[in-house]
Amino acid sequence: MANNNQQDIRYLAPVAVDNKKKKYCRFKKSRIKYIDYKDPEFLKKFLNEQGKILPRRLTGTSLKYQRKVAQAVKRARHLALLPYVTDMMK
Amino acid sequence: MLNNYETAFILTPVLSDAQMKEAVEKFKGLLTSEGAEILNEECWGLKKLAYPIQNKSTGFYALLQFKGEPSLVEKLELQFRRDERIIRFLTFRLDKYAVEYAAKRVNKFKAEKEG
Repeated sequence: MANNNQQDIRYLAPVAVDNKKKKYCRFKKSRIKYIDYKDPEFLKKFLNEQGKILPRRLTGTSLKYQRKVAQAVKRARHLALLPYVTDMMK
Repeated sequence: MLNNYETAFILTPVLSDAQMKEAVEKFKGLLTSEGAEILNEECWGLKKLAYPIQNKSTGFYALLQFKGEPSLVEKLELQFRRDERIIRFLTFRLDKYAVEYAAKRVNKFKAEKEG
């Protein structure tokens, strides 16, 4: 009796296997020192579809470079190289 | 103390080509007359803006990198605000990494021109 309701338990979603890939800061690894606000293509890697800046926990960049990225993105937005808000950016 | 500055500005697309050149020359002249040394000057030409500014969707981008007195930036920005051809401008000081990057960029352009 007990074991058949054991089979009844079916997981709706697959158990989230923790694919922990070590996040690294791409700027430290490739030793980029200055993030240029003038090429929007590179900055787009740090924006999501709506054009918002991605948080560090997703991109894995270190705090020092995250501030530089944010500064560059805000300058690019000011100069209309990047939109403030958009629906389908990528 | 001389700092390195970079200023980018957008001109309205309504102008003819000659007027755009003249506008860029005007600001270059203003800088040199104030004793600044222009390191690099770029014109990206007409580009599509990411969002309409003063309900125009394209703009003429220009970029000036110069070395000058801090007091000079105030005068420059005053001129930017007065000139109605400029719809957007941004001036900032280059830190040491930015200067390195700018120098590299200048050589890259020179190499391309010669190549």
